Amino acid sequence: MAAEKSGDKMCLGVPGKVVRIDENPLGMTMGKVNFGGISKDVCLAYVPEAKVGDYVIVHVGFAISTLNEEEAKSVFEYLKQIGDLDGLQIT
Amino acid sequence: MKYIDEYRDAETAKKLADMIRSVTTREWTMMEICGGQTHAIVKFGIDHLLPKEITLVHGPGCPVCVTPLEIIDKAVAIAGREEVIFTSFGDMLRVPGSQKDLLKVKSEGGDVRVVYSPLDALKIAQQNPSKKIVFFAVGFETTAPANAMAVWQAREMGVKNFSILASHVLVPPAMEAILSSPAHRVQAFLAAGHVCTVMGYEDYYPIAEKYSSPIVITGFEPVDILQGVYMAVKQLEERRVDVENQYSRAVKREGNVPAKKLLSQVFDVIDRKWRGIGMIPKSGWGLKAEFAEHDAEKVFDVVGIEAQESPLCIAGEIMQGLKKPHECVAFGRECKPEHPLGAPMVSSEGACAAYFHYGRVNA
Repeated sequence: MAAEKSGDKMCLGVPGKVVRIDENPLGMTMGKVNFGGISKDVCLAYVPEAKVGDYVIVHVGFAISTLNEEEAKSVFEYLKQIGDLDGLQIT
Repeated sequence: MKYIDEYRDAETAKKLADMIRSVTTREWTMMEICGGQTHAIVKFGIDHLLPKEITLVHGPGCPVCVTPLEIIDKAVAIAGREEVIFTSFGDMLRVPGSQKDLLKVKSEGGDVRVVYSPLDALKIAQQNPSKKIVFFAVGFETTAPANAMAVWQAREMGVKNFSILASHVLVPPAMEAILSSPAHRVQAFLAAGHVCTVMGYEDYYPIAEKYSSPIVITGFEPVDILQGVYMAVKQLEERRVDVENQYSRAVKREGNVPAKKLLSQVFDVIDRKWRGIGMIPKSGWGLKAEFAEHDAEKVFDVVGIEAQESPLCIAGEIMQGLKKPHECVAFGRECKPEHPLGAPMVSSEGACAAYFHYGRVNA
């Protein structure tokens, strides 16, 4: 998905992969985040826990959260359980 | 793209829609707060997947739409000044002021530039020391940490020619304003995922309890919204009132702690006027006095600008979920994206723009 047009959507947060982290003396850590092939400079100051390879949500040039891989799967596992239960209800 | 494609999977969406149908026994009305959610609902036709008993009404979560006319007029006044380079997100340039919009100021020779981030505006300020650079800092809690960092860095680096014209608003007070108006019909909320990514969702428990209104923190993709609706309907059907977190991959209960810390150091909570709704106490952020030299309302003499709304525009009722865009007499006639009467027709997150763009002319 092309990175959003310049600030087109106000609350849009786009998930991307951290590919580089540059420490910054002014406490404003910057880095590179890749969005399906497009890399952008992103401020990582608000996600000090982020490491290269992590996924983050980026909004107007700032990472506002790291993405939790386990939680990301939860909706699909829940549906699978329900699917398995449906399968058990043999009438 | 990871964390997007799987949440647009048709099979998963269909399964969730079937689950919603299986638990729905009565009519329910719920409001999605964020304009980004409104656009996903209309774009992917999610409302058409739902049983007819469920009505989704669109909330005030479009930062462009709620920006008061006076702030637009102040922006127009500042942007027209010789010594100013005025920077903003793209959406704000086409929002109609009393006389004109920022695009018109640009066509008349004003230096008005679209930027992707407030840090871009800060760079422009460093590259143009003889000019005064202003950034139009509009948005909800999602965007405020970016603007707070730009102001903080400007002070740390001594970039004195950088200021922001701030119009920040907060979601919880808007929810309370909607829930306390007698005409409202909202029974549950899909709360704005990225607002809660920053702020967490502690503030929502007192609202859920006081107004007996289930609240589900919801993401922006079809699977997110359908699961959010399912969680809300189950609460309503089981007479439960709780705050649940559907968007758990990106939202923690405490939110983003470093972001909230900087917000508290840069902004004060203040009363804010919401376009179409009116003054809501303690519903916005303004720069603290110690950052006055980075506060465009203080740097430039723009006080006392009063403005008149177009009488035809029913933006206020639309943003409170009382009316839908196609119920407006001007929709698609006097009011179109090319010549919008109100901001919801301009913004890419506005309900009217969504209905017009995706051809929703009757429902």
